Amino acid sequence: MDFPLLTVIVFTPIVSGLLILLIPGERKTEIRIAALAAATFALLLSLGAYIIYDRSLGGYQFVQIFTWIPQLGISYHVGVDGMSLPLVLLTGIVIFTGVLISWGIDDRPREFFAFLFVLASGVFGVFVSLDLFQLFFFYEIAVFPMYLLIAIWGWQVTREYAAMKLTLYLFIGSLVALVGGLAMYYTSGLGTFDLLALQEAGFSTAFQRLWFPFVFFGFAVLGGIFPFHNWSPDGHVAAPTAVSMFHAGVLMKLGAFAALRVGFMLLPEGARFWSPLILGLATVNVVYGAFIAMVQTDFKYVIGFSSVSHMGLVMLGFATLNREGLTGAGLQMFSHGVMTALFFAVVGVVYDRAHTRDIPKLGGFSKVMPLVAVAFIVGGLASMGMPGFSGFIAEFPIFMGLWKAQPVVALIAALGIVITAAYIMRVVGRVFFGKMPAEMEGHISRETALDRIALGVLAGILILVGVVPSVMAPLVASGADAVVRLLGGA
Amino acid sequence: MEFLLTHLLSLILFTPVAGAVVVMMLPREQARLVRWVTLWVSLIPLALSLLLWTHFQAEAPGFQFEEKAVWYEAVHSSYHLGVDGISVTMVLLTTLLTPLAILISWSIRQNLRAYMALFLLLETGMLGVFLALDLLLFFVFWEIGLVPMYFLINQWGSEHGEREIGGGQKVPARNYASFKFLIYTMAGSLGLLLAIQMIGSATGTFDLEEITLRWSTLSESLTLLGLPITLPIGTVKAIAFWAFVVAFAIKVPVWPFHTWLPDAHTEAPTAGSMILAGVLLKLGAYGFLRLVLPLYPAEARSFAGVLALLATLAIILGAFASWGQDDFKRLVAYSSVNHMGFVVLGIAAAAYARGTLAAADAVIAVNGAVLQMFNHGLSAAGMFLLVGVLYDRTHTRNLKDYGGLFPLAPIYGGILLFTAMASLGLPGLNGFISEFMVVRGTWPIFTVFTAVSMIGLLITGASILKGLKMVLHGPLNPKWAGHSLEINGREVVAMTPLMILCLAIGVWPAWIVSVINSTVLRLIP
Amino acid sequence: MAIAAFQPFMLIAILPEILLLVLATLIFALDALGGAGRRQSLGGVASLGLALILLATLGFGRPDAEQSLIFGGMLRHDWIAFTFKILLLFSAAVTCMLSMGVREVSARGEYYGLLVIATLGMTLMASSADLIMLYLAIETTSIPLYVLAGFMKGDDKSTESGMKYFLFGALTSAVMLYGFSLLYGFTGETNLYRLADALQASEMSPWLLSGVLALILVGFSFKVAAVPFHFWTPDVYEGAPTPITAFLSTASKAAGFAVLARVMLAVFPGIAGSWTAVLAGVSVATMTVGNLLALAQKNIKRLLAYSSIAHAGYVLIGLVALSQFGAASMVFYLLAYVVTNLLAFAVVILFARSAGSEEIADYAGLSRRAPGLALALLVAMLSLAGMPPLAGFVAKVYVFAAAVQSGLVWLAFVGVLNAIVGLYYYLTVLKVVYLYRSEHEDKPVPVPRSYAIALITCVVAVLLIGTLSGPWLQWAITTATSLF
Repeated sequence: MDFPLLTVIVFTPIVSGLLILLIPGERKTEIRIAALAAATFALLLSLGAYIIYDRSLGGYQFVQIFTWIPQLGISYHVGVDGMSLPLVLLTGIVIFTGVLISWGIDDRPREFFAFLFVLASGVFGVFVSLDLFQLFFFYEIAVFPMYLLIAIWGWQVTREYAAMKLTLYLFIGSLVALVGGLAMYYTSGLGTFDLLALQEAGFSTAFQRLWFPFVFFGFAVLGGIFPFHNWSPDGHVAAPTAVSMFHAGVLMKLGAFAALRVGFMLLPEGARFWSPLILGLATVNVVYGAFIAMVQTDFKYVIGFSSVSHMGLVMLGFATLNREGLTGAGLQMFSHGVMTALFFAVVGVVYDRAHTRDIPKLGGFSKVMPLVAVAFIVGGLASMGMPGFSGFIAEFPIFMGLWKAQPVVALIAALGIVITAAYIMRVVGRVFFGKMPAEMEGHISRETALDRIALGVLAGILILVGVVPSVMAPLVASGADAVVRLLGGA
Repeated sequence: MEFLLTHLLSLILFTPVAGAVVVMMLPREQARLVRWVTLWVSLIPLALSLLLWTHFQAEAPGFQFEEKAVWYEAVHSSYHLGVDGISVTMVLLTTLLTPLAILISWSIRQNLRAYMALFLLLETGMLGVFLALDLLLFFVFWEIGLVPMYFLINQWGSEHGEREIGGGQKVPARNYASFKFLIYTMAGSLGLLLAIQMIGSATGTFDLEEITLRWSTLSESLTLLGLPITLPIGTVKAIAFWAFVVAFAIKVPVWPFHTWLPDAHTEAPTAGSMILAGVLLKLGAYGFLRLVLPLYPAEARSFAGVLALLATLAIILGAFASWGQDDFKRLVAYSSVNHMGFVVLGIAAAAYARGTLAAADAVIAVNGAVLQMFNHGLSAAGMFLLVGVLYDRTHTRNLKDYGGLFPLAPIYGGILLFTAMASLGLPGLNGFISEFMVVRGTWPIFTVFTAVSMIGLLITGASILKGLKMVLHGPLNPKWAGHSLEINGREVVAMTPLMILCLAIGVWPAWIVSVINSTVLRLIP
Repeated sequence: MAIAAFQPFMLIAILPEILLLVLATLIFALDALGGAGRRQSLGGVASLGLALILLATLGFGRPDAEQSLIFGGMLRHDWIAFTFKILLLFSAAVTCMLSMGVREVSARGEYYGLLVIATLGMTLMASSADLIMLYLAIETTSIPLYVLAGFMKGDDKSTESGMKYFLFGALTSAVMLYGFSLLYGFTGETNLYRLADALQASEMSPWLLSGVLALILVGFSFKVAAVPFHFWTPDVYEGAPTPITAFLSTASKAAGFAVLARVMLAVFPGIAGSWTAVLAGVSVATMTVGNLLALAQKNIKRLLAYSSIAHAGYVLIGLVALSQFGAASMVFYLLAYVVTNLLAFAVVILFARSAGSEEIADYAGLSRRAPGLALALLVAMLSLAGMPPLAGFVAKVYVFAAAVQSGLVWLAFVGVLNAIVGLYYYLTVLKVVYLYRSEHEDKPVPVPRSYAIALITCVVAVLLIGTLSGPWLQWAITTATSLF
């Protein structure tokens, strides 16, 4: 296959973004259409890659390699495997639905979409990177647009604070990981940043144990690991809808994924040594995140903390170091990505009309927007791990893996599931059912057709993967196998 | 035809869901269209299950109409369906009651499409539990059955009534009931899930047939990664056993896990109560028979005494509670507790007496239990249907508000009498057969319990008669004078199959018992 | 190192200097002879001239494989000289372009003439191989710069800045000269490349040597504005005409680094252990002080001043690494930094021309007033912060890599922490530009053609160096070979 599929996927957004910048600022419709076209293109390409990938062959496919900075052994090396391909697809889905949801942005949509696309390119770039320097390069590209997107188009009350906090946290995390990466580069003696080569580098146990925390925690900050999760809820809430969708849906997976690719796969001994700690912290994520979500009165904060909780499950899956747990973690990254994008889209639709996110002040929305309610319920059921939805398909193997690794953790984490059910039902009941407050009666318009498409796509995917797991599970399992092999088989 | 027969179970399982999708796409305003489409759609699984019944070979060992396909390879779970004598009976019950429930829902006005779609979805969930031969699949369908019922109670349940919850806050009764239902059942399901995971971990597969093969020979401990704790296989089995028991006990419900039932049954819409009492309760008992007994003969044996005690308590206390009710629907609800107690008693006897000399009696007991599952499905559905009929016209369920209604609704009265007798266990009707078999089977095994449960039988009879008296006999309550309370044609059509079956089984039970028996014989060696 | 007698190729080696002298003369002549109308075009003449000299140097100024001392050992024609000359000429050209729109200086012939002479001094600094030559070059640079800093006679701040710069500069110069004289005194040598052996032979006690080193470092630290000789920077940068600020922060600093690197590595390799330790401390202090003090700034020029102090700290990391790659990373960083800073100041000048303000708060709403300009500022700020795909990111990575390679992981971490602090204030500027509103949003900011050229060139350069950094890194590595 000579067509540089992955390169086109990575660079389409940023090129589109630059082209969009050339459109005059007042022509908002043209800008939106151009953005949608670009996002659709990205989605189709990533879907195409997903379908064309040869599952029986496994391993890294669509590989391309060019020398980039030969003086340091840095190359432009791209490829996808079972773990990264679903995430590439996820990014395509989220950028597409995100553009649909952002149709109503009226203040400088040109800059908004341009920055959003820079972000998308960065994310795509990380997922397909097979070179350590390249991974960092794209990782950082995905960080700074967040600042502008949140600070400029976000929720007025906290946007500046949240944007700065988020950017600083993520930047420091990535730089700490970068130093770890440099240490790996120089210690390996191989003179290359190529991930595949570094996987076979054979670092000493002491080296791995020392550097794993830097690399892992540096990236896991973006994954929202406790106690470095603090930036996440504020960031989620302050961001405009599409950015929240991207943030929780894709960006947090970026952190977890990078932690996997660079931490677990390059420093397996270190991973093994530190896994009890990660298990412990991730468990705190799951349970604490759920508890805090329970007591929130702001609709968006509930979802924000729910993200922290679900990302805990991803990292639990990683820390099990076995095939089931890793498969589950990979599936959970995809499933939660779609689910949380759906949640934030719904929150956006509600807030745009009600101009409040205060749960006690909301109610009865299912009468005005039944489809939105159904979509939210689908997302809620998926988030609870209800069978028939992708959440169950993802959480089940994680728990299987936890049983093998550390049963006590499985029991405690199960508690998180129960609390999740409780807060989801609570929010659903309060916001969508019950009685609509008098002052809102008659002022709430229905969702737009574009909202419906976006929500429909997201909900449909949650059901599809839930009912027919063979669409995704074997693919992720093959990726997990590769990781397990590097971990020394477990 | 060939295709039909080889994929019969999948067709039965998925037609309701497909139907639900179709229903959701119908135009909202056309209520008549929605109702009739749903009804016809729900008749398809019924027709298919009749086909299934006729082609089912009772004498053949093992599971029939098996279907196996790849589903979730990564965790070694497959799409595996199959029926035996017990499950084919339950499938028939489910596919029979659903159309009737839909037929009775003609008066629903609000969000009709969603209502109908949820019912169909519910049907798939229940059928899936009965048809699944893979533990994970079993669990998936178990859970799928939960959500539609929650929404049915929450959104279309009885509009009046409030309950007070912690903190003095008042919530509508249906919200309270649905939430309680959900939480109780989910709590049980959680244990079920963990147990299934443990079994899956230990045996490396979720396929029921493979597990049954390997289970007894399983001796290695469940080792854990890098930690000095290993769970011996005995502990794994024990934990899984108790988790199963709790989950199923909540569903049946076994006393003392029954407290969700009266509220859920009472607040649910009529059709919802029909299905709830008619089928959903049977899921728990089915779980005992399908999973607990075959996999845990030893543990079940030691636990059987406790189970029998709890069953007896359910029988007696359910009956007494029923006696004390003023709410007609609640009266019937508690009688369900009572009737299901017999089912559990039969199962307990089987658990105790498997492989012993009293095995023959155990067989009779389980035959009775399974038949009771079927029968109670019929009679409870019928009773709730009739309560609903009356409620639709009078808008009250309080027995004291009734009185002397027989002249105003003679046909209704007749049908009510008939169904009540079936529920009560009048010889000649189905209830008698099953209860007799249970008592006959358990008497040699758990004599004391059986004797005590006779009291329950007595009290149940009394409470049902009391109910009848307060509704039909006595002086006419002036409130209803001049009103037309008669049952209408549609409702009669809904009741007819139930009544016919009640009579048929009561007079000639062989056609169904023989099917059950052959399977039970294999279950109880 | 053999000191060759005069050979014709040596003229080619100092082609830039000769041409600069010619250009300076031309400018002064035009200024004296031409009328007022002529004067307007002096800027154009200067920048064009500098651009041509740049091209000429690129074409002819490349050193041979054998990097030799020329003119009796006064200069060394090597890659360091070459690379820094290019850098300095580029910086000077852009500065001239930027000066063309600044009313107070644009029509003054002395201004451009002095600028060219300062450039001349800097190119000599970059290629000096002898203590005396070095001192001469430094003074040739500094004295015009003192004047240029205080050029706007009517502006108190400018005069103050010129005065401060002069006093501070003269003082540190004197100290440095004292150090030079001691070096000569103890060894009898002035040629940098023979000093090392001579020092070895003289058996000077390490303490004494360190003392001399300290004296010399005073002068160099002043030039690069490293702590604790950075105090002049904020006031001078703020007061001077902004193009001169740009020039100071880029060219002058770069030249200072060229000298620092060359002298340290050529003359004092023996006590490398102690001076790297000292410089490491200086680097940490410089980064930290620069970043922390920048946080509180409300004036963009002061902010950029402190920011440039901080960046000097990052560059020092490269030197402290004491490896060829470290030197390469240093050169690369300066390359990225020069281009970025020129871009930043270009925006500042343009804005000040139309809005008349240098306060950060007045930049509010710039993104609506002049989206293109705001974007240029975005590129500059993010490159300074170290974000990909811009030059600043790669520069920081290389510098940290050099540190890690030499085992100075702790220094890399300090750099990382400082980068975070830096990010904060760069983002704050962007926040003001993009988020805050103001009543002046409908007034556009005019961008004359020379500025547009400068802006576009710098933006493209920043992006190019950031994404396809291979060739630039190669150039830097080649440059480093002349130090090691």
